[in-house]
Amino acid sequence: MSATVTYQLTRNSYGRLVLTDQSGVTHEGVIPVRSFPVTDPGQGIALIDSHGHELAWIERFDDLPEAYRVLIESELASREFMPEIKRITKVSGFITPSTWHVETDRGAAVLILKGEENIRRLTASSLMITDNHGIHFLLRDRTALDRHSRKLLDHFL
Amino acid sequence: MQKTPRFSMNNLPAIWTDELSAQLSEDESILAWLEIDLDHQLHFATGIVIATDKRVLAKMADDGTWQTWAYQQGLQLTQRDHAGVGCLELFDPHARLAFWRYRLGNVMAANRLIECFLQQLDYHVSGKLPESSQTSAQCPHCGAFLSAEQDECPVCEKQNHIPPSTWVLLRLWRFAKPYKGRLLIGFLLTLCSTAATLVPPYLTMPLMDNVLIPYQNGQPIDTDLVQFYLSGLLGAAILAWMLGWARTYMLSLVSERIGADLRTTTYEHLLNLSQEYFGGKRTGDLMARIGAETDRINLFISLHLLDFATDVIMICMTAIILVSINPWLALVTLAPLPIIAWLIHLVRDRLRIGFEKVDRIWAEVNNVLADTIPGIRVVKAFAQEKREAARFHAANQRNLQINDRVNRIWSLFTPTVTLLTEVGLLVVWVFGIWQISQDEITVGVLTAFLAYIGRFYIRLDSMSRIVSITQKAAAGTKRIFDILDHVSSVPESANPVHLPTIQGQIELRHVGFRYGTRSITRGINLVIQPGEMIGLVGHSGSGKSTLVNLICRFYDVTEGAILVDGHDIRTLPLAEYRKHIGLVLQEPFLFFGTIAENIAYGKPDATRAEIVAAARAAHAHEFILRLPHGYDSLVGERGQALSGGERQRISIARALLINPRILILDEATSSVDTTTEKDIQKALDNLVRGRTTIAIAHRLSTLREANRLIVLDRGRIVEIGNHAELMAREGYYHRLYLAQARNVDEEERALISATEHSIAGEHK
Ligand SMILES: Nc1ncnc2c1ncn2[C@@H]1O[C@H](COP(=O)(O)OP(=O)(O)OP(=O)(O)O)[C@@H](O)[C@H]1O
Ligand SMILES: [Mg+2]
Repeated sequence: MSATVTYQLTRNSYGRLVLTDQSGVTHEGVIPVRSFPVTDPGQGIALIDSHGHELAWIERFDDLPEAYRVLIESELASREFMPEIKRITKVSGFITPSTWHVETDRGAAVLILKGEENIRRLTASSLMITDNHGIHFLLRDRTALDRHSRKLLDHFL
Repeated sequence: MQKTPRFSMNNLPAIWTDELSAQLSEDESILAWLEIDLDHQLHFATGIVIATDKRVLAKMADDGTWQTWAYQQGLQLTQRDHAGVGCLELFDPHARLAFWRYRLGNVMAANRLIECFLQQLDYHVSGKLPESSQTSAQCPHCGAFLSAEQDECPVCEKQNHIPPSTWVLLRLWRFAKPYKGRLLIGFLLTLCSTAATLVPPYLTMPLMDNVLIPYQNGQPIDTDLVQFYLSGLLGAAILAWMLGWARTYMLSLVSERIGADLRTTTYEHLLNLSQEYFGGKRTGDLMARIGAETDRINLFISLHLLDFATDVIMICMTAIILVSINPWLALVTLAPLPIIAWLIHLVRDRLRIGFEKVDRIWAEVNNVLADTIPGIRVVKAFAQEKREAARFHAANQRNLQINDRVNRIWSLFTPTVTLLTEVGLLVVWVFGIWQISQDEITVGVLTAFLAYIGRFYIRLDSMSRIVSITQKAAAGTKRIFDILDHVSSVPESANPVHLPTIQGQIELRHVGFRYGTRSITRGINLVIQPGEMIGLVGHSGSGKSTLVNLICRFYDVTEGAILVDGHDIRTLPLAEYRKHIGLVLQEPFLFFGTIAENIAYGKPDATRAEIVAAARAAHAHEFILRLPHGYDSLVGERGQALSGGERQRISIARALLINPRILILDEATSSVDTTTEKDIQKALDNLVRGRTTIAIAHRLSTLREANRLIVLDRGRIVEIGNHAELMAREGYYHRLYLAQARNVDEEERALISATEHSIAGEHK
């Protein structure tokens, strides 16, 4: 696909994304949203206005001009929060609620697992763990964890 | 303001106190703060934002300096959140000055910070002293304001996550306690019967040494002595039989009762949990827990625990007897015991975790069933039987897999114990023969030993089996206590206010609510007068049902409060409060039973006349009479035997029967045709009179009678007024109405032409 788009995208001084469409109408506070944040993050990104209406659809990032891609990616980065667990260092106990000390791609964190039902199986090897505040932690591949983490995790599966 | 001491410093996280005291001037005091736990790129980091009576300060842990902003005209502090991450932003009229990210656990603190900020800003700009709302209590830990009714801080309370003790099985004592008398008798019986079974081997000793061996050595048999010993043997056997029967009966009786108590208590507790809990749970899982697992615990107590107790007593008694006969031989005999104990210790944890997994996967199998059986129509409609079968197969396959793994450990365990006992027996033979050859013991002693050991080792073997059963029961107990330990998220107030009758005034104050991290409504303010009829309108998903859920207290508000007759609904006893509300749900649910039973669900002692009157009012009477058994017709599971509109009318009758002060109709007539709706509407108009009514409807014509219409859009109130006012305003409602009117016109035109057509047909 060609890198042509029919709208303009900028960031204003309030830190909001502004989209100007073909007819010159500007929308402030535009939000990029991934359609498949877990299963296929790169596919299908929608630009949504502040009322929740879709303004534009981006099939793949490659379809975008470089500048827009950077803009959208930075906005996504500041909105998306799904830390990926790389290591489980310690768990307080094998009975829930249990406090986990984990290392994620966003630094070390502590999460409280309220019940085993908060561990959701996405595929055979990937898991989504929801903590007591509703933050989702992703475990992309549990077979790739180190032995210690795997052993700790195994108690909860 | 002066009276506010720098108290907040005491509660401030320790890492910040020192740094901060250097920053603040003499007479500056901290009013509120928010701990920041994420940086701009959403990496975990620590920081803090503070509002004092002079300015706003902020610092991230790895920043060098504090950022500060003095209060001045045009400054703005706002917060929003998305997917569990909050964003606090500070603006001046031209640009964003700064922003911070934090996890939503801190949302209360953020709101408090903003509140303090606004007060101070107001004070600095206009010189007006903030109202001294400081009298309200504050949480000693996080400083959040507590309303008069809250004695525990809602922020901190929810962070109280103490895992239950590992010794779960001991917690069953709570259920055993009422039966402790009988349990004690059972235990004594066990003691006696075990003792009785230990008599026969003891008698073999004199029988051997005093009768058989002398006979072999040429002496005649002493028949009296033989008679005495043999009748002793028989007596002991009969005694053991009787005692054994008594104790088994006694203890089964008790364990059945404990099991039943456990089951009902768990179920009762489950019923009192909030909708939120059920939202996160699977039906099959809960059913497995309450059904199968209580049963397993029951069995454990009645059979296995008993066996175990017997075994332990037996082993102890045997050990004592053995030692009393010959300490050295006893020592050799008891040698495998520690090894077995060590083995048990080795596999115990593994087994428990394994069995927990088995339970979980078993619940999963149940879940598949609980999912598909109610949804069977969809499954069949899309011809997905194969896929559902495959899903069930997969769940079973995992069940096998995990069971295989557990069995691998487990199956090794029992033979190992058997081997140990065989070896033990061998050692006893060797050592015994050697001792006899040294003339240290008699043949009788060795025989007695061997007789005892036979039993003893059998017991050991069964004791080792109990390891697995105990671990199974422990796993089950844990899962039961998972339910029992769960505190409802709509807790009963500690000192409730009783309102036998209510006026029906409902007030929503700054109501905000989120499902998990998803914010649904915010800042809703509304007063509904007693007897007023309110219509809630808005697009699908605008939060109408959510508001109803909050008023019924199926969920508790996350911010603000809902008051009925001036009382926060959190202070009213739940069941008593809901008795005042008649609710017709968007998805009507009927229970298996007759129509009459379903209508009388909220008032089981209703007379037949009352039931019929309610059915008439809901325009259900006539269609009910058309059913083969009238009011005694069965509705089928979940009301399957009725049409959607019929179900709705029954649920309206159900709500009307309890004669509530507050009536809530969530799309109560959405599945009936327009004529029937008009009829119901007419009937309702009479009933609605004098009751506070909240009606939700997509068909705006339904709400024409409403005193006021509340228009919701994405969780906020956008317009309030009656039909005429809102039409005149030409806003949101106007658009909604026009769009529908167009559709209705088309519908009616279609209807008219259809009837004309059929009339024309009849004339032919
Ligand atoms: N249990 C839940 N968990 C999470 N989100 C929910 C839950 N229930 C409702 N929601 C969300 O809350 C929002 C408001 O839902 P609500 O049921 O109040 O809408 P509504 O106005 O009644 O819509 P409708 O007219 O379609 O019945 C929706 O976006 C919905 O997705
Ligand atoms: Mg609804």
